[in-house]
Amino acid sequence: MNNLLRVSLSPHEQSKESTSKLMFGVVIALLPALLASVWFFGRAAILVTAVSVASCVVFEYLIQRFLIKREPSIRDGSAVVTGILLAFCLPVNLPVWLIVLGAFVAIGIGKLTFGGLGSNPFNPALVGRVFLFLSFPVQMTTWPVPKGFATKYADAVTGATPLSILNENYDKVAIDQLMTDSQAGLPGHMQAFWGEMGGSLGEIAAFALVIGLIFMLIRKIITWHIPVSILGTVLLFTGILWLANPSDNADPLYHLLTGGLLLGAIFMATDYVTSPMSSRGMIIYGVGIGILTVLIRRFGAYPEGVQFAILIMNAFTPLINSYVKPARFGEEVNRG
Amino acid sequence: MSKTFPRGGVHPPENKISADAVIEQLQLAEQVIIPIAQHIGAPASPVVNKGDAVKAGQIIATSQGFVSANIHSSVSGKVNKVDKVLDSTGYKQTCIVIDVEGDEWVENVDLSPEIKKEFDFSGEEIIKKCSDMGIVGMGGATFPSHVKLSLPPGKKCNVLIINGVECEPYLTSDHRLMLERGEEILIGTTILMKALGVDRAMVGIENNKPDAISHMTLLASEFKGIEVHGLKVKYPQGCEKQLIKALINREVPSGGLPMDVGTVVHNVGTAFAVYEAVQKNKPLIERVVTITGKDIPRPVNLKVRIGTPLTKLVEAAGGLPEQTGKIVNGGPMMGKAVGSLDIPVTKGISGLVLINEAEAKRNVTGPCIRCAKCISACPMGLEPYLLMTLTEKGFKEKAESERIMDCMECGSCSYICPANRPLLDYIRLGKWFTGKIIRERMHK
Repeated sequence: MNNLLRVSLSPHEQSKESTSKLMFGVVIALLPALLASVWFFGRAAILVTAVSVASCVVFEYLIQRFLIKREPSIRDGSAVVTGILLAFCLPVNLPVWLIVLGAFVAIGIGKLTFGGLGSNPFNPALVGRVFLFLSFPVQMTTWPVPKGFATKYADAVTGATPLSILNENYDKVAIDQLMTDSQAGLPGHMQAFWGEMGGSLGEIAAFALVIGLIFMLIRKIITWHIPVSILGTVLLFTGILWLANPSDNADPLYHLLTGGLLLGAIFMATDYVTSPMSSRGMIIYGVGIGILTVLIRRFGAYPEGVQFAILIMNAFTPLINSYVKPARFGEEVNRG
Repeated sequence: MSKTFPRGGVHPPENKISADAVIEQLQLAEQVIIPIAQHIGAPASPVVNKGDAVKAGQIIATSQGFVSANIHSSVSGKVNKVDKVLDSTGYKQTCIVIDVEGDEWVENVDLSPEIKKEFDFSGEEIIKKCSDMGIVGMGGATFPSHVKLSLPPGKKCNVLIINGVECEPYLTSDHRLMLERGEEILIGTTILMKALGVDRAMVGIENNKPDAISHMTLLASEFKGIEVHGLKVKYPQGCEKQLIKALINREVPSGGLPMDVGTVVHNVGTAFAVYEAVQKNKPLIERVVTITGKDIPRPVNLKVRIGTPLTKLVEAAGGLPEQTGKIVNGGPMMGKAVGSLDIPVTKGISGLVLINEAEAKRNVTGPCIRCAKCISACPMGLEPYLLMTLTEKGFKEKAESERIMDCMECGSCSYICPANRPLLDYIRLGKWFTGKIIRERMHK
C-alpha cells in the first residue's frame, strides 16, 4: 500500500451540514410565501423577485471579482437569500431600476464593504430596503391592490395598507369602529391571515410565512428564540395598549397579522450574522425588536416599524454577544 | 424516559458495524513491543535487560511515584532490547521489546475460567492490588486506577459510576465486553465499591445497546446496590462530566474532579481488569480492541496481548483496504490519527477506525456565518467560534476568561460547523498558550 496516510487532528468526521445547504433551506422556507405572492399579485411578483435575486448575485460576483479581487462566493447562496428577502419587502410595482439600485446597496454596501458573509453588522436586505424607503418614499409607499393574476405590473391600482390606515387614524378616529367599518378598507383577521390585503410582496400571506417558520425549525436552520421573543413581546405590548384603551388600538392579533412583522420576525431578524449567538442574547434582542416595533407603529410617524427595529437591534448585537454568555458547565455547582 | 445530559452534544452516525462480532482471542505475535509509558503520569522504569527471560504476568517496569503505574510482560520469552521505538504517540519512546517463546505465566496467576464472586479484601488491599497489577483507566484516558481510588482527606464519595456508554461511533469493545463478561464486570464493580466505601453504583449504557442494557440489568439483580441505567444516545455522553450530569444531575466544577461532587467514574473495561487483578491475580496485560471501518473486510473485536503490533490486528480483520486515507487510534471524534501500523497495542487503545480517503479529506473552510451551532453543540457551555478567533488574533488572556481551559476537546464544535472551520485545532493551540500563561503565573 503506497498511499500516504492523513494524520490531521480530531475530529475525523464532519456533519453533512454546510453553509449553502442552510441558505438553500431558507430559500425553500420562503417558497410558500413566494407562491402566495404570485397568487395575489400575479406575474409581477415573479418579475420583482427575479430581478432582485439576479441583481444581488450579479453585483456580488462583479464586486468580488473585479473590485475586491477575490474568489467570488456566490455559490454559498447567501446573495440569493438576500435577493428574495429584499424583493419580499418591496411594493410589487416598484420600477425595475429601483430594485436593481436596492440590490446594489444591499449587497455592495450592506454586505461587501464590511467584509462579506459573516462580517456585516446590519441585515443586508434591510439596508437595501431602508435606503430605498428613505430615498424614494413615494414609490416605496405606493402599494398595488392585489388582484391575483389579473394584477397588471405597470398600471396597477394602488391602495393603502392596513397599518397605514391605522397610522393615519390613531388619536383621531375610534379604531375599534374603523375595524368593523367595511368602507374603511381594513381587511379582517382571516383576510390578513391568508394574504388578501395590501402590502409588500412577502409580508401579506401570514400562513405562508408560518409554514416557512415550521420548516426552518424542523430542519434546525433557526431556533425558536428570536421569532417567539419578538412576536411574544409585540403581543404583550399591543395587548396592554389594547386593554388599556380598546377604542384607540387594534387588537394584538391584528398587529401580528399585518405589516412586515411576521416576515421580519421569521426571516429578517433570524439572520445568523446580525443576530446574537447565545439563546439568552437572542431573547433580549427579540424583546428589543418587539418593543421598538410597537413604539414606532403606535406612537411614531411611520405606519410600520419592524425594519427600523431590526436594524437598531442589529447594532446592539455585538454588545449583547460581549456581555451575554451561555451558561457555563460547572459554574453553579449542582449538588444533587 | 431515558436520561441524558441537557446541554450541547451532537449526533454523529453510530456505525456500530462490529457490534455483533464476538470477541476473538488473537493468536500471539512473534514479537511484542511494550512501552514503559502507557498511562498518565511518570513513565515506569525498566527492571529487565536485554537477554533476560520473562514470563507472562511478570513485572518488567516499576511505577515511579504515586501517579504512575507498573508494566507487566504480556508474553513469555526473551527480552530482545530496551530501546526507543515508535509507538502510538507518534514519537519514539522507550519500549521493552520481547521475542515471544511459548505462553508460560508467573505462578500466582489464576488462569482458570471459573467466575469468582466472593472476595475478602479490605478497601486498602484492593487499592494496593490495583496498583501492583498496573491497572489504569481502560476507556482510553489510562489514568492510574489506584490514584483515582485513593480519595484525598476531606473528599467523600457516595456513588460509583460505571461507564458503559461507549459514545464514540464505530467502537464496540465495551459493548461486547458487557455482553460476554458482564458478570465479571459487575463483580469488579462491587470490588471498586468496597475500595471507595460506597454502597451504590450506577452503570450507564446508551440506548443503542439494548441487548447490553437488558443483559446487564438481569445480571445486576444478583448484586446489591448496582443499578443499570439506559441513556439517550448523544455524543459525548461517555465523557465523565457529561455522564455524571446525566446520571446524578451534578456538575463537576470548572477545574475540579468528579470526587468534588461525590462520585468516581470507571470504565467497564477497567472494572473487568480490576476483577481479574483482585480475584485472579492477573495483571493488566491484554485488552479488547475493535478493528472497524466501512471498507474493512471483517470488522472484529479482538482480545490481544499488550505490545502486539497493530499490523497483526488489521491482518486478522482482513487486511488494510486499498483506499484507506486515515487510520484512527480510538473513535472518529476524539481519536488520534496514526502514521504507521507498526506500533504496539497499549493499555489505552480501544479500537482502530479505518477511514477511506474520500471521507478522510477535510472539506474547504468558509467564513464564520455566526450560526451559533458550535455554541449549541458545546457540552461545556463555551463559544468555540470566539475561542478560535481569540487564538487566531493572539488574545491569550481573554481566552482564559472565556474558559478555554474548560474545553475537553470532544470535537462537537468542529463536527457541526457548517463552514467547516477548524475550531478545535485553534482551541487546542489556544489552550497551549493559555496553559503556558497559567503555569508562568503559578511559578511567580
